[in-house]
Amino acid sequence: MSPSRTAEPADDHRDDGRPRLRAVVGSHRVDEEIFGRAFDGRVISRIWDFVGPYRRQVVISVVAVAIFTLSQLAIPLLIRHAIDNGMVGGVNLPVLYWTVAGFALVIAVNFAASWVQEGVTGRMAENVLFDIRRKMFSHLQRVSLSFMDKTEVGRLMSRLQGDVNSMQEFLETSVLSVGDILLLIGIVVAMLWLDWQLGLLVLSVLPILLIVRLFWLQRARAAFMAAHEANSITNGALAEAIHGVRAVQGMDRGRVNHGLYTGLVDDNYRAHLRASRLAQIMIPIVDSLTGIAMAVVILVGGYMVVEGRIEVGVMVAFLFYIQRFFDPIRSLTMQYSVMQRAMASGHRLTEVLDVDVDVTDAPDAVPLEREDDGSVEFDHVTFGYDPKHPVLKDVSFRVNSGETVALVGPTGSGKSSSMALIHRFYDVQGGAVRVGGRDVRDVTQASLGRHIAMVLQEPFLFTGTVRENIRYSSHWASDADVEEATRAVGAHDFVTALPQGYDTMLDERGGNLSLGQRQLLSFARALVADARILVLDEATANIDSYTEMQIQRALETLLEGRTGLVIAHRLATIRNADRIVVLQQGVKIEEGSHDQLMAAKGLYSRLYSMNYASFDDIPEELTGEDRARAT
Amino acid sequence: MTNTAVANGSGATDPKRIFRRTESTAAGEGVNAVSRITRMCLAYPGRVAVAMIATVLAAAAQLSIPVLLGRAVDATQAIGSATADEAALRTIALTLLAVSVLRGLFTLAQNYSAESVGHALAHDLRLAVYDKIQRLPFSFHDRTHSGDLITVGMLDLEGVRMYFSTALVRTVLLTLLLGIGAYLLISTHALLGILALSFAPFAAWRSTAMQLTLRKTWLILQEKLAILSRVMEENLAGIRVVRAFSSAPHEMKKFDAASEEALALSHRRIDVRVKSTSAMTLAFFAAMGAVLLYGGTLVAEGEMSVGTLATFLTFMTILQMPVRQLGLMVNAYARASTCGARLFALLDMPVEVDDAEGAPDLKVTEGTLRLDNVAFAYQGAEGHRAVTGISFEARKGETVGIVGPPGSGKTTLMHLIPRFYDVDAGSITIDGQDIRDVTLSSVRQAVAVVQQDSFLFTTSIENNIAYGDPRATDSRIERSAGSAQLHDWVVGLPERYGTVVGERGVSLSGGQRQRLSIARTLMLEPAVLIFDDSTAAIDAGTESRIRKGLRDYAADRVTLIVAHRLSSLSHADRILFLEDGRIVEQGTHDELIALGGRYAALHELQMRPEADMMEAQP
Repeated sequence: MSPSRTAEPADDHRDDGRPRLRAVVGSHRVDEEIFGRAFDGRVISRIWDFVGPYRRQVVISVVAVAIFTLSQLAIPLLIRHAIDNGMVGGVNLPVLYWTVAGFALVIAVNFAASWVQEGVTGRMAENVLFDIRRKMFSHLQRVSLSFMDKTEVGRLMSRLQGDVNSMQEFLETSVLSVGDILLLIGIVVAMLWLDWQLGLLVLSVLPILLIVRLFWLQRARAAFMAAHEANSITNGALAEAIHGVRAVQGMDRGRVNHGLYTGLVDDNYRAHLRASRLAQIMIPIVDSLTGIAMAVVILVGGYMVVEGRIEVGVMVAFLFYIQRFFDPIRSLTMQYSVMQRAMASGHRLTEVLDVDVDVTDAPDAVPLEREDDGSVEFDHVTFGYDPKHPVLKDVSFRVNSGETVALVGPTGSGKSSSMALIHRFYDVQGGAVRVGGRDVRDVTQASLGRHIAMVLQEPFLFTGTVRENIRYSSHWASDADVEEATRAVGAHDFVTALPQGYDTMLDERGGNLSLGQRQLLSFARALVADARILVLDEATANIDSYTEMQIQRALETLLEGRTGLVIAHRLATIRNADRIVVLQQGVKIEEGSHDQLMAAKGLYSRLYSMNYASFDDIPEELTGEDRARAT
Repeated sequence: MTNTAVANGSGATDPKRIFRRTESTAAGEGVNAVSRITRMCLAYPGRVAVAMIATVLAAAAQLSIPVLLGRAVDATQAIGSATADEAALRTIALTLLAVSVLRGLFTLAQNYSAESVGHALAHDLRLAVYDKIQRLPFSFHDRTHSGDLITVGMLDLEGVRMYFSTALVRTVLLTLLLGIGAYLLISTHALLGILALSFAPFAAWRSTAMQLTLRKTWLILQEKLAILSRVMEENLAGIRVVRAFSSAPHEMKKFDAASEEALALSHRRIDVRVKSTSAMTLAFFAAMGAVLLYGGTLVAEGEMSVGTLATFLTFMTILQMPVRQLGLMVNAYARASTCGARLFALLDMPVEVDDAEGAPDLKVTEGTLRLDNVAFAYQGAEGHRAVTGISFEARKGETVGIVGPPGSGKTTLMHLIPRFYDVDAGSITIDGQDIRDVTLSSVRQAVAVVQQDSFLFTTSIENNIAYGDPRATDSRIERSAGSAQLHDWVVGLPERYGTVVGERGVSLSGGQRQRLSIARTLMLEPAVLIFDDSTAAIDAGTESRIRKGLRDYAADRVTLIVAHRLSSLSHADRILFLEDGRIVEQGTHDELIALGGRYAALHELQMRPEADMMEAQP
């Protein structure tokens, strides 16, 4: 079994007259810069804000690193002292004993410094990492929803994970590079101090290494990146095969995929071998340079010892320093890459931290009290995500406390935007939205949340038990309240039939429940929240008639004694509403009861008579003439 | 979806348990795994031999350096003519240079061949894992978390890959260095040799204990971080719910709880590492101090040369690193054994639905599908039959509708026909051939299913449509898209058929996804075409246009349609009503309405709003 060298290329144009093979496995997209400028003052100053609280720790660890490095530098010197003054050229045991005592002191200091340095630096870097992440996460709770709508969750997650991790790596290695720089300087100074001529001679190999290393670094980095990328391409294809296995088997694509995957695996293999070759090539170079340095010490230094120009201990100390010589150069050149990566990450982090928060509580905002009524009023509201293109134009309507109003209209008519405005997800550009008689901009957002319960079109459940999901943030609700709500929406039976009843864990966002069941749980969640106003976006997908019937019943329970504003798709829901507001292209074109609107013979009555299951389904061409009227 | 809920099985072969990362592996299994990985490495004898020989030579070069350094020091101390010393120094210097270069080259050869064995192994295993995952039946995938399989294919594979270079080769290197080194030192001076090596057992023990603790806490940390990232991800994905309930404080509490746990564990890991590394350094320097003191006395007393003392000291510095890395080696063994055990558990998993020996391809002639007394129960729920006693026949050109309440076994039945699962009793035949007696591939080509939750691949629309027939022509692709009422939408997209969809592409509505899924199934020209509740998100008008467009297509095959909306079945030749896995009513729409049973009741339920509407109309 040997890795195959040939595989069918993914996109071959064979000349056998057959159409090209339209097949790939996996998808790969590199759209993020990995390396930035090595130094970006703006990024550094932003990150420094996070390091600020740990200023004391930073000072301590830098001091500890310095002490640690100095104690390491002292050891060859002590050995040299012991040899030259304690052993050779006349035995002097007291000097030997004192030197060893000094040695003992130095290693005790070394031990303490190493403990402090690694412990304090590590903890500090971890703390900063978690602080940055917390700050970003809490910021994301407040930024404008239009930012969240535009941004993929995966992209934000890579900020919260990959990017903060590279900042941590940067902080940790920055402190350690202080040690590397000191070590390098220390070795140079020590050698020159011991004997400047021999020192200069030995040090002459350093620039060679530096040049070789910098030259190598560029090519090696390209090879490592290529290997890394080949790996993620291969893994991406594997993940796709796992997630899509049912489609693959159903369409009998296994053989084609295996051929394509073999190509990816072969590429991956070759990229890794290349990276491995490049990584290993430095070893003989460093070893040869070390060999040259040692040979110089033996040849020239040895001659100097024989001549009596230096003592033998100096030669031994040189040999010791040479062993450590190249370590700081290696770490420092690596630090350069770490810094570049950190700057690119830091730049992305600050972008997230700088996203505007456009909806905030006014300084004199007052809480909306439970006693405030449940009315909702749109007073000449104009709003657009981009103010130049309003999606709602001068819309006015009122929902009295306890009333249910259905909002209908074709896709893009502004129904969902109206719903978002009631909860002040966005601020209007003209007019006002009033809840309980108060402008939503004059009340606190938290109290608005308690006053209004929302049910979204796509039921979203969190990982956790059924009970936790129904209670969600209504922490005041008892288990009995949760159960009562669940019974009221007719979900109690299926919940108790689950393996652990209310304590059953929901797999990946309720994947083990049907859509209808998830819908009912989201109703129960809204019911437990017990708000004065219910805003509901009805699901559009068809659910089996049995569940559908339950949902309709649950909806009635939910609306009982509450103000209801429903973005309705189902004809049954629409007809049950007290009033219907018809929107089109951001303009209110009709309002009234079902009978009134049918009698008016406007858009509503025509939509209604088209026999579509949902108003959203209606093709645009059929609503076209009304659009002309609306704009 | 209900199937997975039913099939939550347990038992010895429960994949959920086998692939769980924190589950410890039985000792025997781990040893077996390691020996199996070793045997697999031996499939590359050339590279293994090069790696081993290079290791021995690198160790020899490494060990001769302290000896040469000691000689050099002694040469400077020799009393005699300066010329003789110079000659000796020159020889030693040149030898040392040569040995250093050789050490570098041998290390290069050792590392490169060792890593290439690992990469070759990974190459083979990747293909084997991929192949296995594609062939393992639905019953396996129902009971396995996809995330667990991905971890096996990525992380566990890495653990196995690293085995040869970080565990096996390093063991050989360390054994040689320590063994020969100890022999050299102790034979030179027993007591001083023992002093010089005294740090090794302590460092080896600390390093091993540290790595094993770090490994254990790493696994726990990964779990904590997974919880943290789940909290963040769900918050961001469900940000509208979070805002709707004004529950940012609640979410911050969840975040802080998860974050603080992970941070505390990270701190504990730092403490473990700091304690051990500092102690190892201290032990090393203490031994060096002892050698300096005792060796110094010996030198002072003239019983030992300075050069020999220098040999002892430099030997210690050379040995320090490999001894301190012993923990990494032990960790590599531990990783290989648990990762290997999980990987092999996957590779050895029996493929329950597979070709019989020498099975011929299915030959479709008449195009008649027959189910005869079919019964089936999911694994882990053997007591409850999902379908039972199902018999019916459908001929070419016929359309059969399947209706029933949720959980009545409709989807299960539809999954038996393409042999996604094997029946427990009875048989399914196409033109008289039992689908278990012919090749799986030919059955899948003869039976195509538009599935409930259609998985779209992250690639262009055309690649998605041509998924089952990658060499299809443009015109066929456009025809399929046209039949599925997708073409008009596609041509409105900026890159038309080249537009990328799927997880990282343009996001599609439920109805668009279903239409794309229908288009790709139409490419297959199957003898049996199944719509498994796959038009729920498509509006009635579009659905009826799709149906009209498929009239000719349907004449050449059997069409089975599972649907909730009875209007989707109005054209069916026959309708089966399922309840609790049995057919309880069957007949044409009119017959079933006349029967006045469950079907009629369901029809009544669905028609009610429309009936009202009729009244409302003038």
